[in-house]
Amino acid sequence: MVSDSFLMDYLPILVFLVVAGGMAVLMIAASLIVGLRRPDKDKLAAYECGFDAFSDARSKFDVRFYLVAILFIIFDLEIAFLFPWAVTLGDIGLFGFWSMMVFLGVLTVGFIYEWKKGALEWE
Amino acid sequence: MNDSLSLSALTPLLPEIFLAVAGLALLVVGVVREQRHGLCAMCRAVAFCFVLACVFMLGLDWHRTVALNGMFVMDQFAGVMKFMILGGLLISVVLGEKYLAQEGLARFEYPLLILFAGLGMMVMVSANHMLVAYMGLELQSLSLYVLAAFRRGHGKSSEAGIKYFLLGALASGFLLFGMSLIYGYTGALSFDGISHVLRASGEGALALPALVGMVFIIIGIAFKISAVPFHMWTPDVYEGAAGSVTALFAIVPKVAAMGLLLRILFAVFEPAQDQWQQIMWLLSMGSMLVGAFGALAQTNIKRLMAYSSINHMGYALIGVVAASQTGVAGVIFYMMVYMLMAAGVFAVVLMMRRGGIALRETTDLAGLGLRNPAIAYAMAILMFSMAGIPPMAGFFCKMFVFQAAIAEGFYVLSVVGVLTTAVAAFYYLRIIKIMFFDKPAEALDQDFGFGRRAVLLGSVLFVVLFILNPDVLIEISRSAAAAVMVAP
Repeated sequence: MVSDSFLMDYLPILVFLVVAGGMAVLMIAASLIVGLRRPDKDKLAAYECGFDAFSDARSKFDVRFYLVAILFIIFDLEIAFLFPWAVTLGDIGLFGFWSMMVFLGVLTVGFIYEWKKGALEWE
Repeated sequence: MNDSLSLSALTPLLPEIFLAVAGLALLVVGVVREQRHGLCAMCRAVAFCFVLACVFMLGLDWHRTVALNGMFVMDQFAGVMKFMILGGLLISVVLGEKYLAQEGLARFEYPLLILFAGLGMMVMVSANHMLVAYMGLELQSLSLYVLAAFRRGHGKSSEAGIKYFLLGALASGFLLFGMSLIYGYTGALSFDGISHVLRASGEGALALPALVGMVFIIIGIAFKISAVPFHMWTPDVYEGAAGSVTALFAIVPKVAAMGLLLRILFAVFEPAQDQWQQIMWLLSMGSMLVGAFGALAQTNIKRLMAYSSINHMGYALIGVVAASQTGVAGVIFYMMVYMLMAAGVFAVVLMMRRGGIALRETTDLAGLGLRNPAIAYAMAILMFSMAGIPPMAGFFCKMFVFQAAIAEGFYVLSVVGVLTTAVAAFYYLRIIKIMFFDKPAEALDQDFGFGRRAVLLGSVLFVVLFILNPDVLIEISRSAAAAVMVAP
């Protein structure tokens, strides 16, 4: 177990990394050196589905979108966690059952907090 | 494995479980009946929880016991560290209560975040498994990120929060990467398992992958104790965060991180002692130098304290470099004394308000000797102690680590340590000079509140009276050091 020989198994990955990096550098360098460059206003404009660019992409948007996304992720993950638990409940027994109950309890406290704080209200 | 879980197996975790349940319950209570005076009541409830957790700690068996299938360990070392953590948290809650109300930051989440950070710290020092250590560290860090940005309408505070979060996430990444390398090499994540494999693979040097893993783990933790060269965040975060949050940052998280560092170095990487000693030597040397010289040019008192804390971490790390039992006892003892000294200094920093506005510059202390002589003399005593002038407590903790380093033959480190103490003494003494000899500024607001007065008084009494009975704390540190250095 304790030796460096297992590192040899990763040699193909190293080769792959070097080749991938080399290709990328080669392409960029080739286009920089050989390529013909005649920039004009249209070429330099940001590409936006064929339209002219409407506005700067770095506009502000409402922080509530972010909040909703965060809250969604929490409960999304909860479901992802509940599925394998439900499938294996027969094997993991009472210990598994109560572990999940503790987790759900902690999550419920968080839910009460966000609800009371008004994070779920759009106005 | 699953059947072995009975409730009695959870006994060593009792303080943690209590804090977790109490924190969740208080969160619900706080949010359901949110009102104007919510902060004050919540601070008292959380302080009471800390005291109760201390009582639980006293009731536990402090001999080495493992729980949760070997993931969690409770021993003398963890017990002492947890006591220090709980004490520090209690102090910071007491310091913050009135200050936050004065700053208009009276939100009930503040003490609860401290409680959850404390829970993470207690898990950190009791971890016996890489994942548990990481979980504790993250629980602590996430709470502290939020606290750093607690003054959320304020640009500098947001900056502090973001900076702390980004660099902290980077450090966590280093830590995880190191853990994964160690796992790839030894096939184990529990501290006992890793040290078993490392010891079996022969004395002396670690193999390269394990060595790289160890270095990454050390980097991750060095960030948390703000050892040079991973200290860049400290002055900015200290400056930007609200005053009482800065006090918390200075007092407690470093104790927990130092606990985790000691545990990992001595319980896991003990066979690689020669190698990590070199790393610790550099961290210690760098912290002492940068901490001493960096602070010379600071006029903002919070930034000054940030450099001062970097400087002190350098001295504490000398004990780690020595790697003897005296050295480790010296580290633990140093952290105790530093915690109590810093608490007093920050009590004074939080008292620095004029016309309802918190002051930031050291020059704002001018004339404190005339206007508030009691506070000025207390601050002067604390500054003498910070500078390491006998017979204050700050002298003995330095002497302890230097002794250990000299006994192990680290002469260069000790000499640099003593010299940087002299450099650091300059800026501590300058504060005394400003307070007593500069042209007096206007008086501070007199509305100090009980909490800050009590912490200041306790801190000064400790610093002055320590010499009367030094054996108690030193013996506690020794027994804790013996517990963490026993190979499992």
